[in-house]
Amino acid sequence: MTNSTETKQALLASPLIRQYGGIVISLIILCLVFSTISPRFLAFNNFMNIMQQVAVIAVAAYGMTYVILLGDIDLSVGSIIAVAGMVAAQAFSMGFGFVPTVFITLAAGAIMGGLNGVLSAKLMLPSFIVTVATMGIYRGAVSLPTNGAPASIDNETWLAIGSESWLGLPIIIWIVIALFAINHIVLSRTIFGRRAYLAGGNREAAIYSGIRVDRLKIIIFMISGVMAAISGILLSSRLSSAQTNAGMGYELDAIAAVVLGGTSLAGGVGTMVGTILGALIIGVINNGMNMLAVPYFYQLIFKGIVILFAVWLDVRSKSMRA
Amino acid sequence: MIASPNAPVLEIKDVAKTFGPVTALKRMNLSVRSGRVHTLLGENGAGKSTLMKILVGLFQPTSGSITLRGKPYAPKNPIEAKALGLSIVFQELSLCRNLSVAENILATHEPNSFGFIKERDLNAQAAQIVSELGLPVNVRTKVGDLSIAQRQLVEIAKGLSRPADVVILDEPTSSLSDSEAEILFTIIDRLKAKGTAIIYISHRMEEIMRISDDITVIRDGSFVATTEKQNTSIEGLIALMVGREMKDIYPPRLVERPSSAIAPVLAVENLSEAGRFENVSLDVRPGEVVGLFGLIGSGRSDVMKALFGFGQPTGTIRLNGNPVHLRSPADAIRHGIAFVTENRKEEGLVLQHSVERNINMVALGQLAGQFGFTRPARERAAAKTEILRLAIKTASMETPAGSLSGGNQQKIVIAKWLQTRPKILILDEPTRGVDVGAKFEIYRIIRELAAAGTAILMVSSELPEVLGLSDRLVIMHNKRVAKMLDAQGLSPETVMTYAAGIHQ
Repeated sequence: MTNSTETKQALLASPLIRQYGGIVISLIILCLVFSTISPRFLAFNNFMNIMQQVAVIAVAAYGMTYVILLGDIDLSVGSIIAVAGMVAAQAFSMGFGFVPTVFITLAAGAIMGGLNGVLSAKLMLPSFIVTVATMGIYRGAVSLPTNGAPASIDNETWLAIGSESWLGLPIIIWIVIALFAINHIVLSRTIFGRRAYLAGGNREAAIYSGIRVDRLKIIIFMISGVMAAISGILLSSRLSSAQTNAGMGYELDAIAAVVLGGTSLAGGVGTMVGTILGALIIGVINNGMNMLAVPYFYQLIFKGIVILFAVWLDVRSKSMRA
Repeated sequence: MIASPNAPVLEIKDVAKTFGPVTALKRMNLSVRSGRVHTLLGENGAGKSTLMKILVGLFQPTSGSITLRGKPYAPKNPIEAKALGLSIVFQELSLCRNLSVAENILATHEPNSFGFIKERDLNAQAAQIVSELGLPVNVRTKVGDLSIAQRQLVEIAKGLSRPADVVILDEPTSSLSDSEAEILFTIIDRLKAKGTAIIYISHRMEEIMRISDDITVIRDGSFVATTEKQNTSIEGLIALMVGREMKDIYPPRLVERPSSAIAPVLAVENLSEAGRFENVSLDVRPGEVVGLFGLIGSGRSDVMKALFGFGQPTGTIRLNGNPVHLRSPADAIRHGIAFVTENRKEEGLVLQHSVERNINMVALGQLAGQFGFTRPARERAAAKTEILRLAIKTASMETPAGSLSGGNQQKIVIAKWLQTRPKILILDEPTRGVDVGAKFEIYRIIRELAAAGTAILMVSSELPEVLGLSDRLVIMHNKRVAKMLDAQGLSPETVMTYAAGIHQ
């Protein structure tokens, strides 16, 4: 008896619980609600479904985490996701193989993200405005090669990403896990990650401490572009094609995932662990409501309410600690 | 409004304030009389700000009583406090930069009809307040276009825009030059003549001795003593404040000053930047403390920034005799220069990050291992060393830097630069807003660094401090070096005549 109270106290005291308690509770509540209504929800297969659906958002949200940590925002990721798919489709139709196409697609993401970064850092424009503009530009550019028609992709390796499994897990989930590990380590264990925290926490102090904040910003927007391009690869693989309206509105889901995960929009505070938990919440909501055949417009309303509730819970638990 | 001259207006009896288990105020007693300046003196953390927050209604006292003109006084918020007759001028600027001086001064009580602001009346009323106070500002100017010192004067005008029985001035001169401080002292004299009681908070002892009538010392949340000015001295007050005798504020140098035969580590020749400073030449030897003194607007801070890689100055900067071109702070840091900046909250610290992360902010690369990976154990050890070396008082290394007192925050800023083992250390106002105890420790640190061979260039607007610590003194006036002098035996009067441009 005493033992269990002690464990409970130890759990409550651990920084991990304090940091992610609110969001984990939200996640559990959502799962309980959905599983009471629909018994199929808790099935292992459905969990795999959620993970696959969440993959595209989660990977884009990894990139978004760096951007928001810096106190910036990237609204162009949804458009970059679509451009990446179209670039891949075009590369394949020109006869490039799988590996060169992957590199071309990632390079396209890096260039688009880099452009966001350069415009914001060098012309001193707010990233919100820059990426509102490039969101439109990139979205329009998707239709250039095909005049707005979708382009099908038939490279088998490419399609295998979205359909095959390895060691019992879909490849897409392996990719989400691997990218999580890489980004988590970069953010928490490298000088680069630390500089992102510092520059986001206090830009002036970072500049005085010898951090080249402009260069850091460009690199971070490039990372966001590359992550969005990977999302584009996952999405086009699952759809077997590049759609001009692919990824529409995904930037908002990615931002919601990051913010749900406790990353401060003011910059300087946040983690990748929080982001993946936030992405899971978005995924669970989407999946649960699809399963219950809730009409799309109700889904939007419910999702908005859950985001408000979860963020409020988080803010409240943080202010109680302070 | 006032019953009799110099009668008590505000009486604070046995006021205490606790936050859960933490006691911020143990037992405060204060009697403020009309037409007198009552200075509150205490180290940071002694309880001054808690008391001020109680007086303006931001906190409610846990026990004790406060009366204003004989009636119980318990405001629920600053607006109610103001209506009851108590005004406060905050040290942190509370002005809107994109609004005009007039709009700021009359904010929350603009002349209006049906909610529409009467622009003409607004400007006329503000102009009257400003001219009564004798402030040299145009009320139509945007606050953002004013200098920091002018803004502080506007802040004061805002605080005095409505008649008050008690006015609290919280470190009003911390960003004022001497001539601007004179304007403030004239205003204080006029308020006294009108019978207003003034509660004055400052860390500047000379100024306190000049304008106070009564002085109350508080320590560790408790009242220590109230005396009339003529019955005390600076040394006596400091002893009361820190609870110990402080014989010499400026610690003696630890080794002989470096001989003039030693080559300077930093030499600046004819450094100019249009509109900021002209033909500045100076040099610093290893182990030497060179003070840079000048009034606000003399260009001293811009010179420091140029030496740290900001701007595009012309002229030569030599390090150990070799000309260098400093393009960025990163460049300057690589050349062994460190810069303890003037505003620790804006340019020094990431307030929400831990003490450890702040200390390791600059030396991050040096502490890291291969491939850009951080080494947590090494970082913790490095931070611990600095915490012990500089006697930084913090609950733990994980405590957010923002929750520490001003003096300890300043020590973190110094610590983060010492981590880089600098050859040249530039200190810009190293003791601003820092209490006496922490000041003394910062002076000791400066002495130790100099003894270890660091070349130190120190900017300060506190003349006694510059004179007490420097080996040589560079005096700036009107964006130029007015004079370079040996600091030994120099009188403050001589320095001021050069700084004011009287001596040519």
